[in-house]
Amino acid sequence: MFRQVAHRILTRSTTTYSAGAAATIRRPYSTEVVADASSGDSAFVEAWKKVAPNIDPPKTPIQYMEPRPPTPSTLPSKLTVNFVLPYSAELSKAEVDMVIVPATTGQMGILPGHVPTIAELKPGLLSVHEGNDVKKYFISSGFAFVHSNSYADILAVEAIPLDRIDQAQVQKGLSEFTQKLNSASTDLDKAEAQIGVDVHSALNSALTG
Amino acid sequence: MASTAAVPFWRSAGMTYITYSNICANLVRNCLKEPYKSEAINREKVHFSVSKWADGKPQKPTIRSDTPEA
Repeated sequence: MFRQVAHRILTRSTTTYSAGAAATIRRPYSTEVVADASSGDSAFVEAWKKVAPNIDPPKTPIQYMEPRPPTPSTLPSKLTVNFVLPYSAELSKAEVDMVIVPATTGQMGILPGHVPTIAELKPGLLSVHEGNDVKKYFISSGFAFVHSNSYADILAVEAIPLDRIDQAQVQKGLSEFTQKLNSASTDLDKAEAQIGVDVHSALNSALTG
Repeated sequence: MASTAAVPFWRSAGMTYITYSNICANLVRNCLKEPYKSEAINREKVHFSVSKWADGKPQKPTIRSDTPEA
């Protein structure tokens, strides 16, 4: 009997939510939520203290996370870039003027105040502009995320400064893969040869351009 | 209702993004100059053992390694 009552209460509360009302309730974006993480979940802490008053409540993962920096109301003057590789962080919260990334849709320039974007990167040149210095890296592939608070996260699998590229190896690879592309039979072979040609020609133009 | 998003050539050839990304990274690493190239190759060496499970028990493991057996 009690189970039926509970079930009816549950169904009643869900049916008062019409589909229209549910659709208009918008979940906040992560940049809008202010995570007051330092004190932890107050209901949990109180329940803990009732049960084990002498032991400190354990910290939950959210307390270790720094809240995302909020979106400033005026346009910031610098872009904050986090440029990371799987094995190291090349730039960590570096304040720069502009970053040009090799997106699949072409070279994309990211300035402070850029619209939030997720871009897939193709093998190509990444340049970081700070005042008059330009640092260039060749990226194998990856993603670039631009957030509304003028933070850009660039993730790449391999990124090499241009002076570490071996020109002779690039030429050799280019000719080898162009030949493979001509003699390839299966779709997969063709795709691999095409990837080889793309990467080596991008390396070539990065060295000469 | 078929989706009409343009697929990249590697995806239509049956390759996944991660395979594509790893191939690109390997090609780029191959084009490095000497001391950096051997560092990069060293960094990417893996050594692990895999075993399939059947009836809740592991079967014989196979070891996959880039380091020569000493």
